[in-house]
Amino acid sequence: MYAFLFFLNFVLIYTIFAVYAERKISAFIQDRYGPMETGPYGLLQTVADLLKLLQKEDIVPLAADKRIFKVAPLIIFTSVFAGFAVLPLTSDFGGSQIETGIFYLLAIVSLDVIGILMAGWGSNSKYALLGAMRSVAQIISYEIPLGLSVVCVIMVSQSLNLQEIVYQQGIFINAIDPNAQNFLFGIKALGIETTHIGGFLTWNIFRIPFFFLAYLIFFIASLAEANRAPFDIPIAESELVAGFHVEYSGFRWAMIMLSEYGMMLLISFLGAILFWGGWNTPLPNIGSVALADWTSGEPGTVAGHLWGAFWLVSKALLTVGLQIWIRWTYPRLRLDQLMNLSWKYLTPGAIILVLVSALWRLLMI
Amino acid sequence: MPIENIIFYAFLGLTGLSALFILLSKNILYSAFALIATFIGMAGIFVLLGAEFVAITQILVYVGGVLILMVFGIMLTNRLSQAKVETEVYNKFFGILISAGLFYILAKAIEMADFANMGWMKNTPSAPSSVSDLGMKIMTDYVLVFEVIGILLLLALIGAVRIAGNTREEGTDAA
Repeated sequence: MYAFLFFLNFVLIYTIFAVYAERKISAFIQDRYGPMETGPYGLLQTVADLLKLLQKEDIVPLAADKRIFKVAPLIIFTSVFAGFAVLPLTSDFGGSQIETGIFYLLAIVSLDVIGILMAGWGSNSKYALLGAMRSVAQIISYEIPLGLSVVCVIMVSQSLNLQEIVYQQGIFINAIDPNAQNFLFGIKALGIETTHIGGFLTWNIFRIPFFFLAYLIFFIASLAEANRAPFDIPIAESELVAGFHVEYSGFRWAMIMLSEYGMMLLISFLGAILFWGGWNTPLPNIGSVALADWTSGEPGTVAGHLWGAFWLVSKALLTVGLQIWIRWTYPRLRLDQLMNLSWKYLTPGAIILVLVSALWRLLMI
Repeated sequence: MPIENIIFYAFLGLTGLSALFILLSKNILYSAFALIATFIGMAGIFVLLGAEFVAITQILVYVGGVLILMVFGIMLTNRLSQAKVETEVYNKFFGILISAGLFYILAKAIEMADFANMGWMKNTPSAPSSVSDLGMKIMTDYVLVFEVIGILLLLALIGAVRIAGNTREEGTDAA
Protein backbone atom coordinates (compact mmCIF):
# COMPACT_ATOMS: atom_id res chain seq x y z
CA MET A 1 0.00 0.00 0.00
CA TYR A 2 2.76 2.43 0.95
CA ALA A 3 4.72 1.29 -2.10
CA PHE A 4 1.73 2.24 -4.28
CA LEU A 5 1.57 5.75 -2.81
CA PHE A 6 5.33 6.14 -3.03
CA PHE A 7 5.63 5.02 -6.66
CA LEU A 8 2.61 7.06 -7.81
CA ASN A 9 4.02 10.28 -6.38
CA PHE A 10 7.52 9.40 -7.48
CA VAL A 11 6.43 8.82 -11.09
CA LEU A 12 4.50 12.12 -11.19
CA ILE A 13 7.34 14.22 -9.75
CA TYR A 14 9.98 12.37 -11.75
CA THR A 15 8.06 12.98 -15.01
CA ILE A 16 7.97 16.74 -14.42
CA PHE A 17 11.73 16.86 -13.98
CA ALA A 18 12.46 14.27 -16.67
CA VAL A 19 10.68 16.44 -19.24
CA TYR A 20 12.70 19.42 -18.01
CA ALA A 21 15.92 17.36 -18.20
CA GLU A 22 15.02 16.18 -21.69
CA ARG A 23 14.60 19.77 -22.89
CA LYS A 24 17.75 21.01 -21.15
CA ILE A 25 19.97 18.13 -22.29
CA SER A 26 18.71 18.36 -25.86
CA ALA A 27 19.39 22.09 -25.75
CA PHE A 28 22.96 21.61 -24.55
CA ILE A 29 23.59 18.92 -27.19
CA GLN A 30 22.29 21.29 -29.89
CA ASP A 31 24.18 24.30 -28.44
CA ARG A 32 21.06 26.14 -27.23
CA TYR A 33 19.91 27.27 -23.78
CA GLY A 34 16.57 25.45 -23.48
CA PRO A 35 13.91 26.75 -21.05
CA MET A 36 15.28 29.84 -19.25
CA GLU A 37 12.46 32.21 -18.28
CA THR A 38 10.18 30.36 -15.85
CA GLY A 39 11.84 30.11 -12.45
CA PRO A 40 15.58 29.80 -11.87
CA TYR A 41 17.21 28.11 -14.91
CA GLY A 42 13.70 27.47 -16.23
CA LEU A 43 13.07 24.88 -13.52
CA LEU A 44 9.35 25.68 -13.31
CA GLN A 45 8.77 25.44 -17.07
CA THR A 46 7.26 21.93 -17.00
CA VAL A 47 5.18 22.78 -13.92
CA ALA A 48 3.71 25.69 -15.89
CA ASP A 49 3.20 23.42 -18.91
CA LEU A 50 1.39 20.90 -16.74
CA LEU A 51 -0.93 23.57 -15.28
CA LYS A 52 -1.71 24.69 -18.83
CA LEU A 53 -2.44 21.12 -19.96
CA LEU A 54 -4.82 20.51 -17.05
CA GLN A 55 -6.88 23.57 -17.96
CA LYS A 56 -7.05 22.85 -21.69
CA GLU A 57 -10.28 21.82 -23.37
CA ASP A 58 -10.66 18.07 -23.75
CA ILE A 59 -11.12 17.83 -27.53
CA VAL A 60 -12.66 14.64 -28.92
CA PRO A 61 -12.73 14.53 -32.75
CA LEU A 62 -16.26 14.42 -34.17
CA ALA A 63 -15.72 11.24 -36.22
CA ALA A 64 -13.75 9.46 -33.52
CA ASP A 65 -15.00 6.34 -31.76
CA LYS A 66 -15.63 8.30 -28.58
CA ARG A 67 -15.71 5.55 -25.98
CA ILE A 68 -12.53 3.88 -27.21
CA PHE A 69 -10.81 7.22 -27.76
CA LYS A 70 -11.49 8.42 -24.23
CA VAL A 71 -10.49 5.29 -22.37
CA ALA A 72 -7.26 4.53 -24.29
CA PRO A 73 -4.83 6.84 -22.35
CA LEU A 74 -6.10 5.40 -19.06
CA ILE A 75 -5.36 1.85 -20.21
CA ILE A 76 -1.87 2.78 -21.40
CA PHE A 77 -0.98 4.44 -18.09
CA THR A 78 -2.61 1.74 -15.93
CA SER A 79 -0.72 -1.07 -17.62
CA VAL A 80 2.62 0.74 -17.35
CA PHE A 81 2.01 1.71 -13.73
CA ALA A 82 0.91 -1.83 -12.82
CA GLY A 83 4.47 -2.88 -13.60
CA PHE A 84 5.71 -0.92 -10.58
CA ALA A 85 3.69 -3.22 -8.30
CA VAL A 86 6.50 -5.77 -7.94
CA LEU A 87 9.60 -3.55 -7.80
CA PRO A 88 11.69 -3.84 -4.61
CA LEU A 89 12.88 -0.34 -3.68
CA THR A 90 15.02 -1.21 -0.65
CA SER A 91 15.94 -4.37 1.24
CA ASP A 92 12.67 -4.26 3.20
CA PHE A 93 10.36 -1.93 1.28
CA GLY A 94 8.78 -2.11 -2.11
CA GLY A 95 5.92 -3.65 -4.02
CA SER A 96 4.53 -7.14 -3.68
CA GLN A 97 7.22 -9.82 -3.38
CA ILE A 98 5.31 -12.45 -5.33
CA GLU A 99 7.19 -15.50 -6.47
CA THR A 100 6.50 -14.75 -10.13
CA GLY A 101 7.56 -11.08 -9.96
CA ILE A 102 9.45 -10.59 -13.22
CA PHE A 103 7.03 -12.80 -15.16
CA TYR A 104 4.10 -10.69 -13.93
CA LEU A 105 5.91 -7.48 -14.83
CA LEU A 106 6.62 -8.50 -18.43
CA ALA A 107 3.05 -9.79 -18.88
CA ILE A 108 1.24 -6.77 -17.45
CA VAL A 109 3.39 -4.21 -19.26
CA SER A 110 2.60 -5.85 -22.60
CA LEU A 111 -1.03 -4.74 -22.08
CA ASP A 112 -0.13 -1.16 -23.06
CA VAL A 113 -0.26 -2.41 -26.65
CA ILE A 114 -4.05 -2.63 -26.25
CA GLY A 115 -4.21 1.01 -25.18
CA ILE A 116 -2.07 2.08 -28.13
CA LEU A 117 -4.25 0.15 -30.57
CA MET A 118 -7.38 1.72 -29.04
CA ALA A 119 -5.88 5.19 -29.28
CA GLY A 120 -4.82 4.70 -32.89
CA TRP A 121 -8.07 3.16 -34.07
CA GLY A 122 -10.41 5.29 -31.99
CA SER A 123 -8.91 8.52 -33.31
CA ASN A 124 -10.21 7.71 -36.81
CA SER A 125 -7.15 9.35 -38.36
CA LYS A 126 -4.70 7.91 -40.88
CA TYR A 127 -1.68 9.23 -39.00
CA ALA A 128 -2.85 7.81 -35.70
CA LEU A 129 -3.73 4.41 -37.19
CA LEU A 130 -0.39 4.09 -39.00
CA GLY A 131 1.44 5.18 -35.87
CA ALA A 132 -0.39 2.62 -33.74
CA MET A 133 0.28 -0.18 -36.26
CA ARG A 134 3.98 0.64 -36.35
CA SER A 135 4.14 0.96 -32.59
CA VAL A 136 2.46 -2.36 -31.93
CA ALA A 137 4.56 -4.20 -34.52
CA GLN A 138 7.68 -2.74 -32.96
CA ILE A 139 6.72 -3.47 -29.35
CA ILE A 140 5.73 -7.08 -30.08
CA SER A 141 8.97 -7.69 -32.05
CA TYR A 142 11.23 -6.25 -29.40
CA GLU A 143 9.49 -8.07 -26.56
CA ILE A 144 11.27 -11.23 -27.74
CA PRO A 145 14.91 -10.11 -27.31
CA LEU A 146 13.86 -8.27 -24.13
CA GLY A 147 12.28 -11.39 -22.68
CA LEU A 148 15.23 -13.58 -23.69
CA SER A 149 17.77 -11.24 -22.07
CA VAL A 150 15.68 -11.38 -18.88
CA VAL A 151 15.68 -15.19 -19.15
CA CYS A 152 19.52 -15.06 -19.07
CA VAL A 153 19.34 -13.47 -15.62
CA ILE A 154 16.68 -15.93 -14.44
CA MET A 155 18.85 -18.87 -15.60
CA VAL A 156 21.66 -17.67 -13.33
CA SER A 157 19.63 -16.47 -10.34
CA GLN A 158 17.18 -19.44 -10.39
CA SER A 159 14.34 -17.22 -9.22
CA LEU A 160 11.56 -15.07 -10.65
CA ASN A 161 11.28 -13.03 -7.45
CA LEU A 162 12.86 -9.61 -8.02
CA GLN A 163 13.74 -9.09 -4.35
CA GLU A 164 15.55 -12.44 -4.27
CA ILE A 165 17.46 -11.54 -7.44
CA VAL A 166 18.64 -8.32 -5.77
CA TYR A 167 19.63 -10.05 -2.53
CA GLN A 168 21.84 -12.45 -4.49
CA GLN A 169 23.89 -9.56 -5.83
CA GLY A 170 25.22 -8.11 -2.58
CA ILE A 171 26.68 -8.64 0.87
CA PHE A 172 23.31 -9.64 2.38
CA ILE A 173 23.04 -12.79 0.24
CA ASN A 174 23.05 -14.93 3.41
CA ALA A 175 19.88 -13.23 4.64
CA ILE A 176 17.82 -15.30 2.17
CA ASP A 177 20.07 -18.36 1.87
CA PRO A 178 22.54 -19.05 4.72
CA ASN A 179 24.72 -21.33 2.57
CA ALA A 180 24.96 -19.17 -0.55
CA GLN A 181 28.37 -18.03 -1.74
CA ASN A 182 29.55 -15.63 -4.41
CA PHE A 183 32.78 -16.08 -6.35
CA LEU A 184 34.76 -13.72 -8.56
CA PHE A 185 33.21 -13.84 -12.06
CA GLY A 186 30.95 -16.54 -10.62
CA ILE A 187 33.58 -19.22 -11.28
CA LYS A 188 33.90 -21.45 -8.26
CA ALA A 189 37.12 -23.03 -9.57
CA LEU A 190 38.97 -19.71 -9.24
CA GLY A 191 38.48 -19.99 -5.48
CA ILE A 192 38.24 -16.24 -4.81
CA GLU A 193 35.18 -15.81 -2.60
CA THR A 194 33.44 -12.43 -2.84
CA THR A 195 30.44 -13.15 -0.58
CA HIS A 196 31.58 -10.68 2.08
CA ILE A 197 33.43 -8.31 -0.26
CA GLY A 198 30.24 -7.35 -2.08
CA GLY A 199 30.09 -4.07 -3.98
CA PHE A 200 30.15 -4.13 -7.76
CA LEU A 201 32.04 -7.46 -7.68
CA THR A 202 28.82 -9.35 -6.90
CA TRP A 203 26.55 -7.48 -9.31
CA ASN A 204 25.20 -9.70 -12.04
CA ILE A 205 26.92 -7.65 -14.71
CA PHE A 206 30.31 -8.29 -13.08
CA ARG A 207 29.57 -11.69 -11.56
CA ILE A 208 28.81 -13.06 -15.04
CA PRO A 209 30.95 -10.89 -17.36
CA PHE A 210 29.15 -11.68 -20.63
CA PHE A 211 25.99 -10.23 -19.10
CA PHE A 212 27.27 -6.94 -20.43
CA LEU A 213 26.15 -8.15 -23.87
CA ALA A 214 22.82 -9.28 -22.37
CA TYR A 215 22.36 -5.83 -20.84
CA LEU A 216 23.16 -4.24 -24.20
CA ILE A 217 20.36 -6.26 -25.82
CA PHE A 218 18.06 -5.48 -22.87
CA PHE A 219 18.79 -1.76 -23.13
CA ILE A 220 18.30 -1.57 -26.92
CA ALA A 221 15.05 -3.55 -26.66
CA SER A 222 13.85 -1.39 -23.77
CA LEU A 223 14.35 1.76 -25.87
CA ALA A 224 12.12 0.21 -28.52
CA GLU A 225 9.54 -0.84 -25.90
CA ALA A 226 9.25 2.75 -24.70
CA ASN A 227 9.06 4.06 -28.30
CA ARG A 228 12.14 6.20 -27.69
CA ALA A 229 14.53 7.43 -30.38
CA PRO A 230 16.30 5.88 -32.29
CA PHE A 231 13.23 3.61 -32.35
CA ASP A 232 10.59 6.34 -32.56
CA ILE A 233 9.14 5.71 -36.03
CA PRO A 234 5.68 5.27 -34.46
CA ILE A 235 5.74 8.96 -33.57
CA ALA A 236 8.02 10.16 -36.39
CA GLU A 237 7.23 13.88 -36.45
CA SER A 238 8.23 14.39 -40.07
CA GLU A 239 6.00 11.59 -41.41
CA LEU A 240 3.17 10.98 -38.96
CA VAL A 241 2.99 14.32 -37.09
CA ALA A 242 2.88 12.55 -33.71
CA GLY A 243 1.79 8.99 -34.40
CA PHE A 244 -0.89 7.30 -32.35
CA HIS A 245 -1.53 10.28 -30.05
CA VAL A 246 -1.85 12.93 -32.77
CA GLU A 247 -5.52 13.65 -32.01
CA TYR A 248 -5.16 13.92 -28.25
CA SER A 249 -5.04 17.17 -26.30
CA GLY A 250 -5.07 18.45 -22.76
CA PHE A 251 -5.19 16.00 -19.91
CA ARG A 252 -5.42 12.86 -22.04
CA TRP A 253 -2.31 13.88 -23.96
CA ALA A 254 -0.53 14.51 -20.64
CA MET A 255 -1.54 11.00 -19.58
CA ILE A 256 0.10 9.48 -22.69
CA MET A 257 3.29 11.46 -22.08
CA LEU A 258 3.20 10.36 -18.44
CA SER A 259 3.06 6.73 -19.49
CA GLU A 260 5.96 7.19 -21.93
CA TYR A 261 8.17 8.61 -19.19
CA GLY A 262 6.79 6.09 -16.70
CA MET A 263 7.80 3.28 -19.07
CA MET A 264 11.32 4.72 -19.32
CA LEU A 265 11.58 4.76 -15.54
CA LEU A 266 10.12 1.27 -15.10
CA ILE A 267 12.49 -0.27 -17.61
CA SER A 268 15.44 1.59 -16.04
CA PHE A 269 14.49 0.26 -12.60
CA LEU A 270 14.22 -3.22 -14.06
CA GLY A 271 17.63 -2.99 -15.74
CA ALA A 272 19.21 -1.76 -12.50
CA ILE A 273 17.58 -4.59 -10.51
CA LEU A 274 18.44 -7.39 -12.92
CA PHE A 275 21.95 -6.38 -13.94
CA TRP A 276 23.34 -3.53 -11.83
CA GLY A 277 22.77 -4.88 -8.33
CA GLY A 278 19.43 -3.24 -7.47
CA TRP A 279 19.64 -1.47 -4.10
CA ASN A 280 23.13 -2.87 -3.37
CA THR A 281 26.04 -0.49 -2.96
CA PRO A 282 28.72 -0.33 -5.69
CA LEU A 283 31.56 0.01 -3.15
CA PRO A 284 33.27 -3.24 -2.06
CA ASN A 285 34.74 -4.14 1.34
CA ILE A 286 38.52 -3.95 0.99
CA GLY A 287 40.14 -5.60 3.99
CA SER A 288 39.53 -3.41 7.05
CA VAL A 289 38.15 -0.58 4.90
CA ALA A 290 34.58 -1.89 4.92
CA LEU A 291 33.15 0.48 2.31
CA ALA A 292 30.24 -1.84 1.49
CA ASP A 293 29.19 -2.11 5.15
CA TRP A 294 29.44 1.66 5.62
CA THR A 295 27.36 2.48 2.53
CA SER A 296 24.53 -0.01 3.09
CA GLY A 297 22.52 -0.44 6.27
CA GLU A 298 21.26 -3.77 7.61
CA PRO A 299 17.95 -4.84 5.99
CA GLY A 300 15.02 -3.44 7.93
CA THR A 301 16.83 -0.54 9.60
CA VAL A 302 16.36 3.14 8.68
CA ALA A 303 19.89 3.28 7.28
CA GLY A 304 19.12 0.20 5.16
CA HIS A 305 16.05 1.92 3.68
CA LEU A 306 17.81 5.21 2.98
CA TRP A 307 20.97 3.73 1.42
CA GLY A 308 18.97 1.17 -0.60
CA ALA A 309 16.57 3.74 -2.01
CA PHE A 310 19.48 6.11 -2.72
CA TRP A 311 21.47 3.55 -4.73
CA LEU A 312 18.53 2.12 -6.69
CA VAL A 313 17.00 5.50 -7.54
CA SER A 314 20.41 6.89 -8.61
CA LYS A 315 21.01 3.89 -10.86
CA ALA A 316 17.56 4.19 -12.43
CA LEU A 317 17.84 7.95 -12.98
CA LEU A 318 21.31 7.58 -14.53
CA THR A 319 19.82 5.08 -17.00
CA VAL A 320 17.01 7.52 -17.81
CA GLY A 321 19.70 10.15 -18.44
CA LEU A 322 21.43 7.73 -20.80
CA GLN A 323 18.15 7.19 -22.67
CA ILE A 324 17.72 10.95 -23.09
CA TRP A 325 21.34 11.32 -24.25
CA ILE A 326 20.86 8.57 -26.86
CA ARG A 327 17.62 10.13 -28.10
CA TRP A 328 19.37 13.37 -29.01
CA THR A 329 22.47 11.68 -30.47
CA TYR A 330 21.31 8.99 -32.90
CA PRO A 331 19.12 9.33 -36.01
CA ARG A 332 15.90 7.37 -36.36
CA LEU A 333 15.99 3.84 -37.83
CA ARG A 334 13.98 3.00 -40.94
CA LEU A 335 11.17 0.43 -40.52
CA ASP A 336 13.00 -2.40 -42.31
CA GLN A 337 16.25 -1.65 -40.46
CA LEU A 338 14.30 -1.76 -37.22
CA MET A 339 12.84 -5.18 -37.95
CA ASN A 340 16.21 -6.46 -39.23
CA LEU A 341 17.91 -5.42 -36.01
CA SER A 342 15.33 -7.19 -33.87
CA TRP A 343 14.88 -10.43 -35.80
CA LYS A 344 18.29 -10.96 -37.42
CA TYR A 345 20.68 -9.70 -34.76
CA LEU A 346 19.16 -9.21 -31.30
CA THR A 347 16.95 -12.32 -31.15
CA PRO A 348 19.59 -14.86 -32.31
CA GLY A 349 22.16 -13.12 -30.11
CA ALA A 350 19.87 -13.37 -27.11
CA ILE A 351 19.20 -17.07 -27.77
CA ILE A 352 22.96 -17.75 -27.80
CA LEU A 353 23.32 -15.78 -24.55
CA VAL A 354 20.62 -17.92 -22.90
CA LEU A 355 22.66 -21.00 -23.82
CA VAL A 356 25.87 -19.45 -22.46
CA SER A 357 24.11 -18.51 -19.19
CA ALA A 358 23.07 -22.12 -18.72
CA LEU A 359 26.71 -23.20 -19.14
CA TRP A 360 27.95 -20.42 -16.84
CA ARG A 361 25.49 -21.51 -14.18
CA LEU A 362 27.28 -24.89 -14.16
CA LEU A 363 30.55 -23.12 -13.30
CA MET A 364 28.89 -21.37 -10.36
CA ILE A 365 27.79 -24.42 -8.39
CA MET B 1 -16.99 -8.82 4.49
CA PRO B 2 -13.26 -9.45 4.18
CA ILE B 3 -11.39 -7.54 1.49
CA GLU B 4 -10.56 -10.76 -0.42
CA ASN B 5 -14.25 -11.46 -0.92
CA ILE B 6 -14.90 -7.94 -2.20
CA ILE B 7 -12.05 -8.29 -4.70
CA PHE B 8 -13.30 -11.74 -5.70
CA TYR B 9 -16.80 -10.45 -6.41
CA ALA B 10 -15.36 -7.49 -8.32
CA PHE B 11 -13.44 -9.85 -10.63
CA LEU B 12 -16.48 -12.10 -10.87
CA GLY B 13 -18.60 -9.13 -11.90
CA LEU B 14 -16.00 -8.01 -14.44
CA THR B 15 -15.88 -11.48 -15.98
CA GLY B 16 -19.65 -11.93 -16.08
CA LEU B 17 -20.56 -8.48 -17.34
CA SER B 18 -17.90 -8.44 -20.05
CA ALA B 19 -18.92 -11.93 -21.20
CA LEU B 20 -22.52 -10.71 -21.41
CA PHE B 21 -21.34 -7.68 -23.37
CA ILE B 22 -19.58 -9.94 -25.92
CA LEU B 23 -22.92 -11.65 -26.54
CA LEU B 24 -25.01 -8.51 -26.79
CA SER B 25 -22.69 -6.15 -28.67
CA LYS B 26 -23.04 -5.98 -32.44
CA ASN B 27 -19.65 -4.35 -32.97
CA ILE B 28 -17.00 -7.07 -33.27
CA LEU B 29 -14.21 -4.74 -32.16
CA TYR B 30 -16.06 -3.90 -28.92
CA SER B 31 -16.61 -7.62 -28.39
CA ALA B 32 -12.87 -8.25 -28.77
CA PHE B 33 -12.05 -5.58 -26.20
CA ALA B 34 -14.69 -7.03 -23.86
CA LEU B 35 -13.06 -10.45 -24.29
CA ILE B 36 -9.82 -8.92 -23.01
CA ALA B 37 -11.69 -7.75 -19.90
CA THR B 38 -13.14 -11.27 -19.48
CA PHE B 39 -9.66 -12.83 -19.56
CA ILE B 40 -8.28 -10.27 -17.11
CA GLY B 41 -11.17 -10.96 -14.74
CA MET B 42 -10.50 -14.69 -15.00
CA ALA B 43 -6.80 -14.09 -14.30
CA GLY B 44 -7.85 -12.23 -11.15
CA ILE B 45 -9.98 -15.19 -10.05
CA PHE B 46 -7.04 -17.54 -10.70
CA VAL B 47 -4.83 -15.41 -8.43
CA LEU B 48 -7.41 -15.56 -5.65
CA LEU B 49 -7.52 -19.36 -6.03
CA GLY B 50 -3.76 -19.50 -5.46
CA ALA B 51 -2.82 -20.22 -9.07
CA GLU B 52 -0.55 -17.23 -9.61
CA PHE B 53 1.47 -18.77 -12.42
CA VAL B 54 -1.62 -19.78 -14.41
CA ALA B 55 -3.07 -16.28 -14.03
CA ILE B 56 0.03 -14.57 -15.39
CA THR B 57 0.39 -17.09 -18.21
CA GLN B 58 -3.24 -16.37 -19.09
CA ILE B 59 -2.50 -12.64 -19.37
CA LEU B 60 0.74 -13.17 -21.29
CA VAL B 61 -0.57 -15.72 -23.79
CA TYR B 62 -4.22 -14.80 -24.28
CA VAL B 63 -4.35 -11.07 -23.64
CA GLY B 64 -0.83 -10.12 -24.71
CA GLY B 65 -0.65 -12.45 -27.70
CA VAL B 66 -3.81 -14.02 -29.07
CA LEU B 67 -6.25 -11.17 -28.47
CA ILE B 68 -3.95 -8.45 -29.75
CA LEU B 69 -3.59 -10.39 -33.01
CA MET B 70 -7.38 -10.71 -33.14
CA VAL B 71 -7.89 -6.97 -32.64
CA PHE B 72 -5.21 -6.32 -35.24
CA GLY B 73 -7.02 -8.55 -37.72
CA ILE B 74 -10.40 -6.91 -37.11
CA MET B 75 -8.94 -3.43 -37.45
CA LEU B 76 -7.17 -4.21 -40.72
CA THR B 77 -10.19 -5.85 -42.38
CA ASN B 78 -12.46 -3.09 -41.14
CA ARG B 79 -10.38 -0.31 -42.64
CA LEU B 80 -9.62 -2.10 -45.91
CA SER B 81 -13.16 -3.03 -46.89
CA GLN B 82 -14.62 0.32 -45.73
CA ALA B 83 -17.65 -1.53 -44.41
CA LYS B 84 -18.42 -1.89 -40.73
CA VAL B 85 -17.80 -5.37 -39.41
CA GLU B 86 -20.90 -6.29 -37.46
CA THR B 87 -22.54 -9.45 -36.30
CA GLU B 88 -26.18 -10.35 -36.57
CA VAL B 89 -28.35 -12.77 -34.68
CA TYR B 90 -29.21 -16.04 -36.42
CA ASN B 91 -31.06 -19.18 -35.28
CA LYS B 92 -32.35 -17.68 -32.05
CA PHE B 93 -34.55 -20.63 -31.11
CA PHE B 94 -32.01 -23.44 -31.53
CA GLY B 95 -29.24 -21.29 -30.09
CA ILE B 96 -31.11 -20.70 -26.85
CA LEU B 97 -32.23 -24.34 -26.72
CA ILE B 98 -28.72 -25.77 -27.16
CA SER B 99 -27.03 -23.35 -24.73
CA ALA B 100 -29.72 -23.93 -22.08
CA GLY B 101 -29.31 -27.70 -22.49
CA LEU B 102 -25.54 -27.44 -22.25
CA PHE B 103 -25.83 -25.27 -19.16
CA TYR B 104 -28.20 -27.78 -17.54
CA ILE B 105 -25.85 -30.73 -18.24
CA LEU B 106 -22.80 -28.86 -16.88
CA ALA B 107 -24.60 -27.60 -13.79
CA LYS B 108 -26.01 -31.06 -13.04
CA ALA B 109 -22.61 -32.73 -13.60
CA ILE B 110 -20.76 -30.27 -11.37
CA GLU B 111 -23.37 -30.66 -8.66
CA MET B 112 -23.23 -34.45 -8.80
CA ALA B 113 -19.45 -34.71 -9.03
CA ASP B 114 -18.83 -33.49 -5.46
CA PHE B 115 -15.29 -32.31 -6.14
CA ALA B 116 -14.42 -31.53 -2.54
CA ASN B 117 -14.60 -35.20 -1.50
CA MET B 118 -12.67 -36.64 -4.45
CA GLY B 119 -9.52 -38.60 -3.68
CA TRP B 120 -7.06 -36.41 -5.53
CA MET B 121 -8.47 -33.27 -3.92
CA LYS B 122 -7.97 -34.68 -0.44
CA ASN B 123 -4.47 -36.01 -1.10
CA THR B 124 -3.14 -32.77 -2.60
CA PRO B 125 -1.12 -30.80 -0.03
CA SER B 126 -2.57 -27.35 0.49
CA ALA B 127 0.82 -25.64 0.37
CA PRO B 128 0.97 -22.64 -1.98
CA SER B 129 2.07 -23.55 -5.47
CA SER B 130 5.73 -22.98 -6.16
CA VAL B 131 7.18 -22.08 -9.53
CA SER B 132 10.29 -24.21 -9.07
CA ASP B 133 8.15 -27.29 -8.24
CA LEU B 134 6.12 -26.64 -11.37
CA GLY B 135 9.29 -26.37 -13.46
CA MET B 136 10.65 -29.61 -11.98
CA LYS B 137 7.41 -31.44 -12.77
CA ILE B 138 7.36 -30.17 -16.35
CA MET B 139 10.97 -31.16 -16.99
CA THR B 140 10.65 -34.64 -15.40
CA ASP B 141 7.18 -36.22 -15.07
CA TYR B 142 5.53 -34.35 -17.94
CA VAL B 143 8.52 -33.85 -20.23
CA LEU B 144 6.94 -35.81 -23.11
CA VAL B 145 3.83 -33.60 -23.18
CA PHE B 146 6.05 -30.54 -22.93
CA GLU B 147 8.17 -31.62 -25.90
CA VAL B 148 5.11 -32.50 -28.00
CA ILE B 149 3.67 -29.03 -27.36
CA GLY B 150 7.02 -27.55 -28.36
CA ILE B 151 7.01 -29.46 -31.67
CA LEU B 152 3.40 -28.41 -32.31
CA LEU B 153 4.29 -24.75 -31.80
CA LEU B 154 7.32 -25.10 -34.08
CA LEU B 155 5.11 -26.62 -36.80
CA ALA B 156 2.63 -23.76 -36.43
CA LEU B 157 5.49 -21.26 -36.70
CA ILE B 158 6.90 -22.84 -39.86
CA GLY B 159 3.41 -23.07 -41.35
CA ALA B 160 2.73 -19.40 -40.64
CA VAL B 161 6.01 -18.34 -42.24
CA ARG B 162 5.29 -20.53 -45.28
CA ILE B 163 1.80 -19.12 -45.79
CA ALA B 164 2.75 -15.49 -45.16
CA GLY B 165 6.05 -15.53 -47.01
CA ASN B 166 4.88 -17.20 -50.22
CA THR B 167 2.63 -14.45 -51.53
CA ARG B 168 5.40 -11.92 -52.08
CA GLU B 169 7.95 -12.41 -54.85
CA GLU B 170 11.40 -11.13 -54.07
CA GLY B 171 12.78 -8.55 -56.44
CA THR B 172 9.53 -7.39 -58.07
CA ASP B 173 8.25 -5.57 -55.00
CA ALA B 174 10.26 -2.79 -53.50
CA ALA B 175 12.07 -4.44 -50.62
